[in-house]
Amino acid sequence: MKGLAPILVVVAAMALVPFLGVSNVTFNFLIVALMIALAGQGWNVLGGYGGQYSFGHAAFFGTGAYVTAVLQVRYGINAWIAFGLGIAGGALVGATVGGLTFRSGLRGSYFALVTLAFAEVLRISASVAPVTGAGVGTLVKLDLRVAALQFQSRAAFYWMVLTLVAVALIVTRVIERSRFGVWLIAVRENEDAATALGVNATAIKFTAMVISGAITAAAGCFYVQYFLFIDSGLAYGTWISIEALLTPIIGGVGTVFGPLLGALVVRGLGEGARMVTGGEAPGLDLVVYGCVLVLIIWFAPHGLIGWLAQLRGRSRRPAALAKIGHD
Amino acid sequence: MLSPSILIAAIVNGLLIGAVYALVALGLTLIYGVLHIINFAHGALLTAAMFAAFFAYRVLGIDPYLAAFLLAPAFFAIGYALQRCVIGPASHGDDRNMLLVTLGLAVIIENALLFAFRADTRTIDLSYAFGGLDLGFVFLSWPRLIGFGAMFVVALALWLIMGVTDTGRAIRAVAKEKLGAELAGIDVAHIYAVTFGLGTACVAIAACLLIPSYYVNPSAGNAFVLVAFTIVVLGGMGSVPGALIGGLVIGVAENLSSLFFGESLGQIGIFVLFIVVLLVRPSGLFGARA
Repeated sequence: MKGLAPILVVVAAMALVPFLGVSNVTFNFLIVALMIALAGQGWNVLGGYGGQYSFGHAAFFGTGAYVTAVLQVRYGINAWIAFGLGIAGGALVGATVGGLTFRSGLRGSYFALVTLAFAEVLRISASVAPVTGAGVGTLVKLDLRVAALQFQSRAAFYWMVLTLVAVALIVTRVIERSRFGVWLIAVRENEDAATALGVNATAIKFTAMVISGAITAAAGCFYVQYFLFIDSGLAYGTWISIEALLTPIIGGVGTVFGPLLGALVVRGLGEGARMVTGGEAPGLDLVVYGCVLVLIIWFAPHGLIGWLAQLRGRSRRPAALAKIGHD
Repeated sequence: MLSPSILIAAIVNGLLIGAVYALVALGLTLIYGVLHIINFAHGALLTAAMFAAFFAYRVLGIDPYLAAFLLAPAFFAIGYALQRCVIGPASHGDDRNMLLVTLGLAVIIENALLFAFRADTRTIDLSYAFGGLDLGFVFLSWPRLIGFGAMFVVALALWLIMGVTDTGRAIRAVAKEKLGAELAGIDVAHIYAVTFGLGTACVAIAACLLIPSYYVNPSAGNAFVLVAFTIVVLGGMGSVPGALIGGLVIGVAENLSSLFFGESLGQIGIFVLFIVVLLVRPSGLFGARA
C-alpha cells in the first residue's frame, strides 16, 4: 500500500527512543503525549477529514476508560478482553450519537453543542451511578503481569501506546486513500454538493463517527491500564474533549501526522510553561494551549504541517487532496 | 407527599432564578442570531464579570447593583474588542474557526483566572442579600427579585436598541442577509463587534445580579452557560423572546426536577431535554424552521 512508508519510518524511529536511556519523567511525558495523540487521531477522522467538529470526544474516551476498568474490577474479565470491549464501547457510543445527530441533520454549532451535551450527560451519570464507583471512581488493582495488561517497565507501556498510535496512523492513511475517504472529504468541503452527486452523507458521517469513537476510546482504555484509576471528571471532563480537538488542529487538520505532531508540540509547550513557573501555577499550561490554539487558527490555519509545507514552498499532495483544512 | 406550598415555592423560585438564566441566554442568542456561531467564551466571560463585580465590591466598595452600570459598558467594550481584534481576524470568516477561537478564548480566560485567583471560592456579604419578601407560603429573597425585574429592564432596553436605533436596524439587516447588508454600505465587521459587545454586556449585568446571592470561582460561569445553551436551543437560536421564555421554563424545570430527583439528576434532566429538543426540533420553540 502506498503511503505507509513514512508511517513505518516515524514509528520505527520513535520505537528506538527507550534505548536512548530516557528518564522516567521523559517517559511519562511521551506516554501521555502519545495517548493524547491517539485521542486526537480519533477526532481527526471525524473532524479533520469529515469536517464535523465535535466538542465532546470525552464521551468516547470516558466510555473506553470506564468499560475497561469496570469490566476488570467488577466482573473479573481479563484486561485484554476488557480493553477490546472498551474500544467496542466507544464505537457503540459513536454509533448512538452519530445515528441520532446525523439523522436529525445537525451540523456546525448544533453538532458541537449536542456532542458536548452527550459528554456532560455521561459525566453526570458516571458521577452518580454505583457501577462506575460514583463520586469515588474506580481503582484497578495493581497486577504487573502481561496477562493483566500491566507492565513493570515504562518502556513496555511506551511501546504499547506507540503500537496503538501506529495502528491509528495506518487506519487514517487507509481511509485517506480509500473511496470512503474521498467521500468523507467531499462531505467536508460541501455537503450539499456531495449529496447532489449521490454521496450518502449521513451514512458516511455515521461511519466516520464510529471509527472516530473507537480510536478515541482506545486512548481511554490505555489511560486506565497506565494510571489504574478513573473517575467521572477524568473520564468525561472537558479537558480531554479539548485536547482531542486541539492536537489535530495544531498539528494540521485532515493530515495523517497532524495529531501526533500537535500532541508532542502542545504537551511540550504545556510542560515548558510548568517548568518556567516551577510547577506552582495551576491553569498556566492551559492558558498556553488556548493561546496556541488561537494563534494557529489565526496565522497557520492548516496547522503546523501545512505551515511547514508552505515553508518548503511546495504542495505535498495532488490537487484533489491538497486542501488540508479549510479556508 | 409534597405539599402544594413547597411546589409553589419551587415554581416561584424557579421563575426568579430563570430570569438570570434568561439574561445569560439573551447574550448568547443575540450573538448566535447575527454571527451564526455559538460563543463558547460566554461562560468564561460571565466568570470574568463575576470576578470584576466581586473586586469592585471588595476593593472599591461599589455595590454590585451599581457596578452593573459600570461593568455593562466596560464589558461591551471588551466584547467589541474581542470580536473586532481577535475573533474576526483570527477566524478568516470560517464558522468552524470562529467556534474554535471562542473555545480557545474560553480556555484562556478561565485558566488565567485560575492562575491569578486559584480555585478558591469567594462570596460577598451584603446586609440586604438575606432579606426578602415573605409572602407566607413562599420567601422571595431580594437578590432574586431584583434579578427578575432587571431581566425585563434589559430585555426592554435591547428591544428598543434593536427596534429604534440605526445600529439596531443594521444589526437586524446583517442577521437577515449579510451580503445584502454589506452591499447597502453597512460595515459588517463593526456590526458583528457591536453584537458581540451587546451579548457580553448582558453577561456583565447577569454577573452583577448573581454575585450578591452566588459565589465566584474560576469555573463558576460554566454552570450557567451550559444551562444557557439549553435555553437558547429550547427557545430557538437567535430568538430574543425565546431566550426569555426558555429561561423561565428551564429555571422552573430545574427547580422541580431537583426537588423530585435530587441535585445531580436534576442537571441530567436539563441535558436530556436539551438533546431531545436538538434532535426533534432543532429550530426550537420560537425559532424559524432552518
